[in-house]
Amino acid sequence: MTPATGTFTLPARVLHWLMAGMIVAMLFIGVGMVASVSERHEWLLAIHKPLGIAILILAIVRLAVRLRHPPPPLPADLPALQKLAALASHWLLYFLMLAMPLIGWAMLSAGGYPVMLGASWRLPPIFPTSPVAFAVLRHLHTGFAMLLFLTFLAHMAAALYHGLIRRDGVLSSMTGRR
Amino acid sequence: MHNPSTPDTSPTRHLGSWALIAAVVAVTVAAFGYVGGWLAPQRLTPKRLVDQLQDNAGTFAGYRRNHAKGVCMTGYFDSNGHAQPYSVAQIFTAGRTPLVGRFAIPGGNPYAPDGSVPIRSMALRFTQANGQQWRTGMNSMPVFPVAAPQAFFAQLQAQQPDPTTGKPDPAKVAAFFAAHPETAAFRAWAKTAKPSASFATESYWSLNAFVFVDAHGTRQPVRWRMVPMATDGGGDAGKAGDADYLAADLAERLTRGPLRWQLQITLANAGDPTNDATKAWPDDRRTIDAGTLVIDATQAQESGPCRDINYDPLVLPHGIEASDDPLLPARSAAYADSYLRRTSEEAHLPGTVAPQPEKQP
Repeated sequence: MTPATGTFTLPARVLHWLMAGMIVAMLFIGVGMVASVSERHEWLLAIHKPLGIAILILAIVRLAVRLRHPPPPLPADLPALQKLAALASHWLLYFLMLAMPLIGWAMLSAGGYPVMLGASWRLPPIFPTSPVAFAVLRHLHTGFAMLLFLTFLAHMAAALYHGLIRRDGVLSSMTGRR
Repeated sequence: MHNPSTPDTSPTRHLGSWALIAAVVAVTVAAFGYVGGWLAPQRLTPKRLVDQLQDNAGTFAGYRRNHAKGVCMTGYFDSNGHAQPYSVAQIFTAGRTPLVGRFAIPGGNPYAPDGSVPIRSMALRFTQANGQQWRTGMNSMPVFPVAAPQAFFAQLQAQQPDPTTGKPDPAKVAAFFAAHPETAAFRAWAKTAKPSASFATESYWSLNAFVFVDAHGTRQPVRWRMVPMATDGGGDAGKAGDADYLAADLAERLTRGPLRWQLQITLANAGDPTNDATKAWPDDRRTIDAGTLVIDATQAQESGPCRDINYDPLVLPHGIEASDDPLLPARSAAYADSYLRRTSEEAHLPGTVAPQPEKQP
């Protein structure tokens, strides 16, 4: 075994696990609210918008932390293809966690909806009113959500593969348990 | 020990771990599929509701899936301040709030004759000075036929035209009403209701209950109604042979001046049902005159400012909240689905029905 040296910094680990919970919850809330005509539709939607903005803010903080504190290197013996997959999927996750809230915000703006984060807190529109833009952004929101869910599945499976099968220290670099 | 530089990851060596990983992924996918409705085909979803509307009326690209035939209008609400003690919504402070609205008739066919249904509807979007909005869709009847979204879906299914006759099967419709006694109040209204000759002479009811919230956070369940000030020439029928008399009547009336309604807000007593749109509240409930709705212009819906507005009844300003009426989230969810379909058609996105050229039946 050649365990990866070191762990992610504490802020990186806290942000990772906090946002993991928020993003997975967000995916389930999103597909659940659009598939329901019950009161679930209403209260899930009420959570979806402020949670999305919270994820956007945390994603910006996390990007700054990541750029300031590069993650510990992957095991030297990890096949090149797996290293590439790890790198690409991480940047895809960063892209999606920033893009999804922005698309949601822009989509509501384009649809002419007030972007309400609670009973009285309204965000300004970030896109001009346009039904065509609304339709495109709304479909993009769903498409990227599915891509995010698939990327999350791959990420989770890969983490378990490192932790249970390779036992190479990659999983523990994020759990912090050495 | 295996070679430390190349860990043995073969399935035979780590059968349990590989199985665990596969199980975790499978359970996550199944949970996602269930929550998203793909693995729960019995659930009533917005998609199934809107598909049923299309099955009943046909698909008319670019148009709303219900209340498809209508006309845009603009004007303002002139508040007298009387509702302000009950709701902090900015619209109720004395003064004007601009609006973009729409008159329509129920049904998914944008070419239906105006005399084909006795119901008219009024939808309004008020934009407050603080940027918050109040959207409301009202109908010209005091009660809704059913109380629950599932019953509304069953009603649509019962009313789906039979392919051989092109009309709903009377036996199915009768069976639906027999199975749904809550429709009695609506049926009693419908028995005497006739298609009006004008949008201007109708009353429009919120049907669903909402909750006003005052400056102290006190919650007051309410319903509202737009009461017409025009009472002239109401009549029961439009000009013979004219399928589109409502829009013409509206334009003609507006050449003589703006049209006005009084916004009446009814305050529920403790115990009045807020979750059942089939039940009117007793007549003696306190009613506030909140101000005057003034409509001063009308525009064709194909190009007017109401075209791209989803009159979602859950777009509410601070000071007005949804009640526990189960129809409200169902309306909100189904309107959103309809809005995505028609905007996708406007955008000519792949997989959508191409908008048809203007045609008359």
